[in-house]
Amino acid sequence: MTNAELFTLTYGALVTQLCKDYENDEEVNKQLDKMGYNIGVRLIEDFLARSSVGRCQDFRETADVIAKVAFKMYLGITPSVTNWSPAGDEFSLILESNPLVDFVELPDNHSSLVYSNLLCGVLRGALEMVQMAVEVKFSQDTLRGDNVTEIRMKFIKRMEENLPAGDE
Amino acid sequence: MAIFSVYAVNKSGGFIYQYDNYVHRAEAEKTFRYPLDCVLKIHDEKVVVSFGQRDGIRVGNALLSINGLDVNGKFTADGKEIIEYLKDSTNYPLSILFGRARLSSNEKLMPASMFHSLFAIGSQLSPEVGSTGIEMLETDMFKRHCFQTLTGIKLIVLTDPRQSGIDELLRKIYEIYSDFALKNPFYSLAMPIRSPGC
Repeated sequence: MTNAELFTLTYGALVTQLCKDYENDEEVNKQLDKMGYNIGVRLIEDFLARSSVGRCQDFRETADVIAKVAFKMYLGITPSVTNWSPAGDEFSLILESNPLVDFVELPDNHSSLVYSNLLCGVLRGALEMVQMAVEVKFSQDTLRGDNVTEIRMKFIKRMEENLPAGDE
Repeated sequence: MAIFSVYAVNKSGGFIYQYDNYVHRAEAEKTFRYPLDCVLKIHDEKVVVSFGQRDGIRVGNALLSINGLDVNGKFTADGKEIIEYLKDSTNYPLSILFGRARLSSNEKLMPASMFHSLFAIGSQLSPEVGSTGIEMLETDMFKRHCFQTLTGIKLIVLTDPRQSGIDELLRKIYEIYSDFALKNPFYSLAMPIRSPGC
């Protein structure tokens, strides 16, 4: 068994246990988001320490760094960045494959479960630690019958409990 | 020896971590006979030399230990008041260690917070946007390097002025810190790090 499969199995065990504990898809989604958030606030330090990327100048750069560096580093996949809103504050990450959902099939009684919602929390938590408030959600999910998995990210605002490092 | 201390300060200026590695070079131990020829006074809960500088004992040095037993503020190890103890001729001859007073945690916190504020002012004074803030403070005795991460953690390293390769060291410390912040789920972010052996 490779490391990736252990990861998929672990994540699967986590989600099924949450489903048993909460018996409510909405609640499970919330818990996954919270857990993801806690992972994100820590993961950002590891990411910054190992990748030595500097501060992104704008949201487009952020999107590129997330897709090409972060996803590559942690999940081994490179989603594509598309569907920019006219204002440049929203974009989509299209994932051709998602290691979390290898071999997973959602049963009918869990139709509103967002299985990979942990990822949304991770992205939200990580960006919050670098002073960006964002909204992250899945707009398409292969587990629910769509062709691709799409994560929609929207920039809310710059957080002003800022670093005194001369950033604005 | 060339690296004197490592500190980590969080976003709000509080200490997360401190490690001091300096050998106290400025210490002098002497055997004294009654009466004591230095004048001592109490300052900040410590007994310090106010007059009588000689033989490596300087004004401002604190009394660190008597006969090998570390003192506790202005009391000896067994609870007697030092000044009274030293007035008693039956206690002599005794050996006293004087030296630069070791800073308590609280005392270290103050300069660290001050540095944090200086750092903030430093970045605002920058003529260009996007300054990294104070990177290095140099004196004749030491250099103070500071590295601020994008998440607001400041890693501060005090080194010998001739020491090189500090940038790498700072990155390495950042990596190690991120490992600790990550891999221990019980560690709450921005809280002081309790590490054995430090």
